[in-house]
Amino acid sequence: MSDPKTNKARRGFIIKMMQGSALAATSGLGWAFLLQQQAAASPFAIRPPGALAEADFNAKCIKCGQCVLDCPYDTLDLAKAGDTLPIGTPYFIPRDTPCYMCPDIPCVKACPTGALDPNLTKIEDSRMGLAVIDIENCLSWQGLRCEICHRECPVKDTAISVEHHPRKLSKHAMFIPLVHSNACTGCGICEKACPTDEAAIRVVEPSLVQGKIGEHYRLGWKIDTPITEDFKPSIKPDRDVPATGLDYLNEGDF
Amino acid sequence: MAENRQQRIGPNGRPVRPFVMPPTLTGKLRVWRYLILRRIVQFSTLLLFFGSAHWAWTIAETPIIMGNLSSSLLLGVIPLADPFAVLQIFFTQHLLEQEVVLGAIIVAGIYALLGGRLWCSWVCPINLVTDLASRLRRALNIPNAFSIGRHIRYIVLILTLVLSAITGVAAFEWVSPISMFHREVIFGLGMGWMAIVGIFLFDLLIIKHGWCGHLCPLGAFYSILGKYGLLRISFDAPTCTQCIECVIVCPEPQVLDFKKAGQEGLITSGDCTNCGRCITVCPENTLHFNLRPQIKKTTTSNPENPENPENQRSAA
Repeated sequence: MSDPKTNKARRGFIIKMMQGSALAATSGLGWAFLLQQQAAASPFAIRPPGALAEADFNAKCIKCGQCVLDCPYDTLDLAKAGDTLPIGTPYFIPRDTPCYMCPDIPCVKACPTGALDPNLTKIEDSRMGLAVIDIENCLSWQGLRCEICHRECPVKDTAISVEHHPRKLSKHAMFIPLVHSNACTGCGICEKACPTDEAAIRVVEPSLVQGKIGEHYRLGWKIDTPITEDFKPSIKPDRDVPATGLDYLNEGDF
Repeated sequence: MAENRQQRIGPNGRPVRPFVMPPTLTGKLRVWRYLILRRIVQFSTLLLFFGSAHWAWTIAETPIIMGNLSSSLLLGVIPLADPFAVLQIFFTQHLLEQEVVLGAIIVAGIYALLGGRLWCSWVCPINLVTDLASRLRRALNIPNAFSIGRHIRYIVLILTLVLSAITGVAAFEWVSPISMFHREVIFGLGMGWMAIVGIFLFDLLIIKHGWCGHLCPLGAFYSILGKYGLLRISFDAPTCTQCIECVIVCPEPQVLDFKKAGQEGLITSGDCTNCGRCITVCPENTLHFNLRPQIKKTTTSNPENPENPENQRSAA
């Protein structure tokens, strides 16, 4: 065991192993960084119908392009190396070619991995993105009669509705298009149709624009909002605190 | 040098003859027969994918092959998929649909049955690039900038699976120059060509057979998968003079272990890509494509097994 030759060999072996592991670890770190950078770009891609949530889609998509080939409108494309989207994954640019919402959804049928969810059978249920309106540049919001997005929308009145508002002193009303996230499929036909130089209605990944109210808010004036006590914090304070709400206003001298 | 070699006597007692390129075109074509066949298979694979995608090539009104080498649908019914890509996705802890799993099993089954790294030298589009680099390198006689072990690809293979599990995306598929190249040929060119140029320069100037022979985890995967497959290079030991012409052209020269090959009657290593280069340069007709069961039969029925350990020399 203590033979110097064996010791030297053992030492050499251990050093080799350590060098190997160091090389694997450093290159692995660099590699992992590259992967995470790529995956981080995915919120900017508008995916085909039925695409799973970002992380699951990135994992499951095998980048074969069968959805791209089976799209009858040539809407889809695979992200190329050097694009700012995750490499090899399908996406589309609605302003160039939107999704025309084929009722038989051939792209989803073509997907061999399930990255496009095979349970999506009604194209109206797809959520490729969410249309948002730039009200500073929308013609209708300026008071012109446009509403092209509403007329082109394949799920019009539920995804895009038009409300008329009175316009200050003028006797003409404004006809305002509004998008409803519970019905908008993100197909992008509105974005394609928008007549402004740069589209004033655009499809984006909902997480980039959608807020969240928070469960502790109660819209008491809405009939379907139950008035409950469950908004009180579940954690008991560790010391006595003043009474909640407005009660302190009624205390003391007036 | 050539004269020197001619004076040498091989371990089988015969004079060592060098490989001489035949002067006639038919002779040359004979030497290049597997090379030409491989190029035909590689290009027609690319062309079938491209034609189905862009020129609507069909047979009986179904597209011939839709998709790319990562996953595709052959004749509208047979799913095919890259088994290594599917394995990586499994490591991201995602369950896949049956279609792609079946496709991966079909492809893995074919390569496991046929054996060797047939994928690498007969199908993979990167092989076109690395073969060109190694051909140029031999002509220009460029030495290695530094050397790395050929086992590194197995470490890269393990790293691929570990990273797939950690990052949640198929680690090699997201950087693979193979998928990138094939995808961009079919779906339009992006910056992928830079990766191809990178591999070409790496193989040409830095490490000989650097990508395919040292780093590529997909090659390592097929090495393991095809190790016990049917198609092998048989080795007729009594005729071998150890002129090492085969070792010079082989992209994986460590597989030409004459001692082991003499005992087994075939090249056993899974790293052999079944490219057939060695067969065509062998001046003694020692090497052949053969099916494993047939090789076993001939070597066991041949009692005069030419084992002479004194004269055996490993090719490493």
